Parts: sequence; C-alpha cells; structure tokens
Amino acid sequence: MALAIGLAGCGTGAYTWGWYVVSPFDSRGQASLKFLLAGWWATVSISVSAIALSVVLGAALAIAGLARNRALRWINRIYVESVRAVPLLVLLLWVYYGLPVVLGIEFGVFMAGLLTLALSDAAFEAEIFRAGIQSVGQGQTEAAASLGLSRWQTMRLIVLPQAVKRILPALGNQFIYVLKMSSLISVVGYQELTRRANELVLIEYRPLEIYTFLVLEYLVLILLASWGVRWLERRMAT
Amino acid sequence: MPASLAPAHNTGNPIAVEMRGLNKWYGEFHVLRDINLTVRKGERLVICGPSGSGKSTMIRCINRLEEHQTGTLMVDGIELTNDVRNIDAIRREVGMVFQQFNLFPHLTVLENLTLAPIWVRKVPKKEAEEAAMYYLERVKIPEQAAKYPGQLSGGQQQRVAIARSLCMKPKIMLFDEPTSALDPEMIKEVLDVMVELAREGMTMLCVTHEMGFAREVADAIIFMDRGEIVESAPPSTFFANPRTDRLKLFLSQILRGH
Repeated sequence: MALAIGLAGCGTGAYTWGWYVVSPFDSRGQASLKFLLAGWWATVSISVSAIALSVVLGAALAIAGLARNRALRWINRIYVESVRAVPLLVLLLWVYYGLPVVLGIEFGVFMAGLLTLALSDAAFEAEIFRAGIQSVGQGQTEAAASLGLSRWQTMRLIVLPQAVKRILPALGNQFIYVLKMSSLISVVGYQELTRRANELVLIEYRPLEIYTFLVLEYLVLILLASWGVRWLERRMAT
Repeated sequence: MPASLAPAHNTGNPIAVEMRGLNKWYGEFHVLRDINLTVRKGERLVICGPSGSGKSTMIRCINRLEEHQTGTLMVDGIELTNDVRNIDAIRREVGMVFQQFNLFPHLTVLENLTLAPIWVRKVPKKEAEEAAMYYLERVKIPEQAAKYPGQLSGGQQQRVAIARSLCMKPKIMLFDEPTSALDPEMIKEVLDVMVELAREGMTMLCVTHEMGFAREVADAIIFMDRGEIVESAPPSTFFANPRTDRLKLFLSQILRGH
C-alpha cells in the first residue's frame, strides 16, 4: 500500500484517484476484489502444473543431452535451441491456434497455457539440469558403477539428488519466471490475475488503481514463492 | 615377460583374475602393454610403480571402469566383454576403494552402506542395515552411522568406503591408492583395516606405495613402468634382489628415508 500512497502523492493533481474500486470498505470494491482475487488460484494452478511438467521434461531432456546415443543428444540440441528461440507469446499463439489443427484435437485455454509454459520452460530447465548433472564428479558415478548400480539407478539415486540440490536456486528463479509469464496466457482468455484485471478495467475504467493492485498481487505471490524456495533450500541443505 | 603369480601356498586355488595379452591405448598413448597376470583366490597382490605407469588403469580394467582394447580378461570365471550383463555380474563381485573415497555426500554413512545391497542385491532394508552395522563395527566406526560423509575425517571416510564395498560381500577387492589422499596420521587406521581384511583371506589387488603394508601382507609385489609389468616377486626377493635397473631406481626413490 506504501506504493499506492506514493503514487497518489506524485500525481499532477489533474487525476482524481478512485481507490473505492479495490477498497474492501466499499461494496463495489468488495465485488471487484472478489473478482480479482479469484484469479489467484488460476495463476497458481497453471504455474505449479507447468513447473512440475517442465521439471520432468527438462530433466529427461538433460539426460538425453548427456546420453551416449547421438540421436538422443540431437533431440536435446534441437529442442533446446528451437524452443528457446521462440518468444513465449508467439509460442502461446501457435499452441492455442495451431497445435489443435496439427493434432486434430481441441483443447481449452488452460491446456494451451500449461503446454506453452511447460514446453518453453523445459528448454531452460534442460540446460539447468545439464549443468547440475555435469557438476557431480565422475568419482560418484564410478563409485556407483563399482558397486554394481545400473546407469539408471546411478542417475536416479546418486547423480540427480546431488544435482537438484545444487540447481535449486536456479530452479527457484525459473519458478518465479513461470509465475510471471503466466500473465501472458491472459491474451487467449485464461482468467488468471492479469485477465481479470483487464476485464475489470473495461468495466470500471480505473486502470491505474486496478493495475497497481495487480502489481501488488504479483509481488505478494512472488515473495511467497521465493520464501518457499528458500525454505526448500534450507531443508535440503545437509 | 609374463608374470605368472602363484605363490607356493596358493597354488591350486581357483583363479580370481586372469589377464592375457591385455593392451589399452588412450588415443596414441599405449597405457597397458601386453599385460599377463594371474591372481588366485585369497592372494594379496600389491602393485607399485611411478605415476603414469598404468597401475591404476590396470586394476580399473578389472571392473570395467576402463575398457581394454585387445587381450582377454577373466574375472571370477567370467570374461569381460562388451556384454553389459557380464559387466554387471562382475561389478557385483568386485569391490573397489578409491583414492578420493567417493562416498555419496547426500546420504548418511548407513545409507551409503545399504544403498547397493538394497538396490543391487535386493536385500531387505532391515537386513542390509544390520549387515552395514556389522561392517561399521569392523572398521571401528559404528558410532558414525547417522552422520554424513562431510562430517568425517579422511581416514574415517576411507574406512566407510571400505565397509561400503564389503557390504556387497565381494570376492575380490581392488584398492586404488587408498591412502594417497590421507593426512599421514590417518594412514595407519586405514592400513590396519586392510591388513585385517588380508588376514581373513580376501583376494586383494592394491595399488599403493605403502611398502610396509606390502612387506607385511603381500604374496607378491608387481612393479609397473610405462604400461608394462617389469617385475613381480614375493616381498622378500622384491626388495632384496631387484633384477632390473628400473626397479632399483624406483626403490631407491621411494624407500629413501625409510
């Protein structure tokens, strides 16, 4: 709210603030707040699902990139280089309008948004995982091999747990990035935080107040996420 | 000169490791030259030589951490080929202790010991933990079971590493310079464990420069230089009557001050 008061103070005087639009003490404000805050679940659910999917996909891509098999390594390179090169909004439009035609199936905005975020983020996760996996010394895989563990067991039980611990700060960054980028899904009509703010602006015509509130919503969300990541880091530190 | 090692008291024991005409190259560099070696069950072999002589590479071939290019290598009656099943079968029977310990830092000491028995041998967890505690007693650090490797001294870590290998009940143990990364005051505690293991009849191949250890437990000592086995002899003749100039020079260098 300090930010809001600050903004109010630096107005030219020509602008009349109308905070009633998001005021919990105003009946109209209450209705607006209810409408805006309903977007939280939409933003959080799509972001968390996308992160979960992209972590799995990214880890798989990273393992492919480090495989002995040349074809698998190429899959990694092509995926990372091409997906990373496409702007998220462009990818979203293509997934939402194009992919259903290619696959011959219909999906809604949630699915389109989830796929876009996950596919795009997976390219970044793949590079993060690759760095993490490579940072685990050869001595670890040799010790595991000498004990008779298979390559897959070694990856799952020895290498990945150590890699994940090291890349946690980078994964936290990606999670925050995905949370923010989920706002782009508003473009195709997914009713998350940004979409709801946009819709309310059209009804109330109070963009400054509503968008300021939107900024605060994201701020709180990101701070919570960042706190969560730090908690996880502490818990995994040994 | 093929080095056939069969000290009197072990003659007739089944063969544990057999190398015939083994060669290995790193690109142009010929690391192992025509290695012939027979190790029988219960035999203790010490391998020494200057750095870069191929001694580590040779024992790492035994559990396929390194691949040989020509020649045959039989371990416990199984020939090492590119067949993954053979490699897995051999690795289950061959334990290895590394210079840098290579404990798993994200697991407790107990988890380090039970991991392979549980996942590779499919031993029930409780049983694996009991066995792990037994081996921790034997290396004299049962009280460290719940700690992480990073909380232990180098000597303790290496003893945990030995116990970790023993938990798989290996038939053959490979030691790759097990005391080279240790502070001097910790070398003895690790050697003591190895001596005890030797007394119990474990088949051991040790790359080490600990000549006191070699004298005490080895059935034979092998001297390697530039990828070949130059000499092999029981400790008494090895130290007293080195035949080649290369070994004489090497002994004069490492025994100086002893």
